[in-house]
Amino acid sequence: MSTASTVIKAKQRPGDRVFSGSAVFAGSMILVTLAAVAIFLIVQSLPALFATSEDASILPTNFWAYVGPLIFGTVWASALALLMALPVSIGIALFISHYAPRRLASVLGYIVDLLAAVPSVVFGLWGIGVLAPAVQPLYSWLVDNLGWFPLFAGPVSGTGRTILTAAIVLAVMVLPIMTAINREVFLQTPVLHEEAALALGATRWEMIRTAVLPFGRSGIISASVLGLGRALGETMAVAMVLSASGALTFELLTSVNPSTIAANIALSFPEAYGPNVNVLIATGLILFIVTFAVNAFARWIVSRRKEFSGAN
Amino acid sequence: MSKRIEVRDLNVYYGKFLAVEGVNMEIEPRSVTAFIGPSGCGKTTFLRTLNRMHEVVPGARVEGEVLIDGNNLYDPDVDPVLVRRQVGMVFQRPNPFPTMSVKDNVLAGVKLNNRRISKSDADELMERSLRSANLWNEVKDRLDRPGSGLSGGQQQRLCIARAIAVSPEVILMDEPCSALDPISTLAIEDLIEELKQDYTIVIVTHNMQQASRVSDRTAFFNIAGTGKPGKLIEYDDTTTIFSNPSVKATEDYVSGRFG
Amino acid sequence: MTMTTKPDTPAAVTTPIQNSLTAGRLPTPAPWIILGAAIAVSAAIFGVMAVAGGSGYNWGGALLVGALLYIPSVWLFSVLVEGRRRAMDRLVTALVTGAFVLAMIPLVSLTITVVTFGLARFDAEFFTNSMRNVTGEGGGIVHAIVGTLLMTGTAALISIPIGLMTSVYLVEYGHGRLARGITFLVDVMTGIPSIVAGLFAYAVFSIFLGPGTRTGIAGAVSLAVLMIPVVVRSSEEMLRLVPNELREAAYALGVPKWLTIVKVVLPTSMAGITTGIMLSIARVIGETAPLLIAAGFTASVNYNMFDGRMQSLPVFVYTQYANQGNPPQAYLDRAWAAALTLILIVMALNLIARLVARFFAPKFGR
Repeated sequence: MSTASTVIKAKQRPGDRVFSGSAVFAGSMILVTLAAVAIFLIVQSLPALFATSEDASILPTNFWAYVGPLIFGTVWASALALLMALPVSIGIALFISHYAPRRLASVLGYIVDLLAAVPSVVFGLWGIGVLAPAVQPLYSWLVDNLGWFPLFAGPVSGTGRTILTAAIVLAVMVLPIMTAINREVFLQTPVLHEEAALALGATRWEMIRTAVLPFGRSGIISASVLGLGRALGETMAVAMVLSASGALTFELLTSVNPSTIAANIALSFPEAYGPNVNVLIATGLILFIVTFAVNAFARWIVSRRKEFSGAN
Repeated sequence: MSKRIEVRDLNVYYGKFLAVEGVNMEIEPRSVTAFIGPSGCGKTTFLRTLNRMHEVVPGARVEGEVLIDGNNLYDPDVDPVLVRRQVGMVFQRPNPFPTMSVKDNVLAGVKLNNRRISKSDADELMERSLRSANLWNEVKDRLDRPGSGLSGGQQQRLCIARAIAVSPEVILMDEPCSALDPISTLAIEDLIEELKQDYTIVIVTHNMQQASRVSDRTAFFNIAGTGKPGKLIEYDDTTTIFSNPSVKATEDYVSGRFG
Repeated sequence: MTMTTKPDTPAAVTTPIQNSLTAGRLPTPAPWIILGAAIAVSAAIFGVMAVAGGSGYNWGGALLVGALLYIPSVWLFSVLVEGRRRAMDRLVTALVTGAFVLAMIPLVSLTITVVTFGLARFDAEFFTNSMRNVTGEGGGIVHAIVGTLLMTGTAALISIPIGLMTSVYLVEYGHGRLARGITFLVDVMTGIPSIVAGLFAYAVFSIFLGPGTRTGIAGAVSLAVLMIPVVVRSSEEMLRLVPNELREAAYALGVPKWLTIVKVVLPTSMAGITTGIMLSIARVIGETAPLLIAAGFTASVNYNMFDGRMQSLPVFVYTQYANQGNPPQAYLDRAWAAALTLILIVMALNLIARLVARFFAPKFGR
């Protein structure tokens, strides 16, 4: 063997080249797809941005007067949803991570995740069929007794299909993702910190307040922002539950409600033609930009947290 | 089936960081050479340059020459993949492929390279490799069970069998016993003694007793301080290194004064 | 911990002291007793209201108010017996548990509603007929199932190779700017609202096939845009879980990098990758908005991805609800039955995905 000393020569490896080439190709496809999304949306939107009611029948006066109330409705509904989902998701996450028995924790996590598996159209159906009739008496009561509070001003909606109901459905829909992130962060709390607090005689809540919540703060923020991103783009549940009139109002319980961009597209698109299509695509572009900014903000928080925490 | 290794003026880098500096060494065929030294002195890094595993780490590179029977491993048109078929390696922690059976693990070098092999040849190769790794009697009844089901020491011998099955000329061992209990360690040391009849063996170890038990020659590596490159301090017959070293640092280390 | 309670709490006098460590604590069953009492009080109030108002008894309201009543009462009792700090702890425990129960309400309510309403039309006719020439009662979802399978399948065919190879690139090859860029863009893609994906597919195909075109392939493309980032993310995570030692073991045997990936890395992470892909399919199979925009809806079976509109299950649910004819109940029943079918499919995919993850994942032996 040692006499036939093999000279080690380079061999071309077509396999390596083809394989790494196709991996790079696939990665580039993502670049191409996103660029295509942006370009096609922009190209189709341009005619609409400066259109007036003469060009597109859907517009009241000009594009911005049309999209303004929609942006307001989108942000308002999502903010309400976030306001409701945030405390609940923190509560559930704490319950799973620090209160429930260890053996049950993963099962309970699965159960909350099941909510994420429900298609949004089913949430819509449930929102109209069950939730809206169920909350309507509560709304009447609120209007009768707390009507002096501007948000609860009347007259009350007879169907319960108000922006508050839509926001409740949105809150339920963003709960799983927010809970999942919060739970993950809470579970990462260094056990040493927790035990240090308990060893000093802290109650469970004091331990959570002094060790878990400060550690999880940036995680909670990014969970909220990601939840907000989801809520902003959610379409069908809002389109079905909300009985919208395109008004610009903060009142929660009346039958006069602003619509959201996504819901408006879903409702108007099947019948749209000509320049109206461009108008709707332009509103979609605005939605894309808003959610992009929100998500980028969330990622930025996450990456900052990674840099500053020693736990990772 | 074994070859001489010559190392000339070898510098090993991770990016800009010089990890090992100026190593010159000759390793004789059919011998066991041990690398000893304190943690972080570059002995594992240096070992990994002997079969071009070093460059698997992004940004890692090498200056100088490593000659195996006169052929430079770092010649521009050398294929590292072919180098690794001639210079096998056993790792610190046993790492059998978890998706493969004991049998497939032994034949991994053949099967992963898509090489055709008849069933009788495969069985013969597997039995021969397992026998040379002193594992045949323990696993012959469970060849089709997952390799990760064996004990730690058996897994490590399985990894040695896997390395032998590609018929390398040289076997590099990176602290092969550090994750094992004393009995398994003894089994591996006995095995090294037998394998040296056919292979050139280089072993990195933290355990000086192990180095003195199994090796013919010993190389002592050291660093001047954190961030400084590791250097080959002394390289001699094992008995000389442990009884009569010529450098003070070596004597301090082998007598347990530091490290 | 109980030693921190002040020994001169008023209630400590009334509790017979046997063990100094249990002094000043509410007995273990106390919270349950308080909960029972709170619900009983609330039930009584609602009973009076039902009699006075002459309306039916509101069980849900009674339970809800009872639960709400429990939170301050447990705090009050705890303050009296155990002091402020433990009372705060009990209050938070009640709130946190309450949050979980609150989240279960929509899940349970939704499950019950979908099953009860959905079973009305969950029959053989429903699964053997389309809506062609059906007005009023009867009809089925064959066309929607065909469309859903075709479009989701095509979306999977597009997304799995791209997503998997991208994750291979990111984990095995990618360093530097391109990899960072792709990671960033995958993040961006994850955040694309589904309706925007629908608009994109619509815009692309209306440029090539003329305005107003709605086809199955456009629907599939919109689903693929939503699916790719999910596949990349989950596969990337799984590939990163493969210990580097296995790659090195293969390299040390003289196996080229691409064969190492194909024969060691991918098989080792296959269970996790499969799980991720199935979950991503489960996610897009329920998407309504993009299909409504890009593929439209129809009453007939359409096997041609490239010609004509294509119905899908979620869009079927929506259109049955939105365009009710006469009698409306027939349309609602079909909507609920299709919703039940859809949920069953999604749950089945989720369940199988978890089972794959549990039973086929290789053990790393440590």
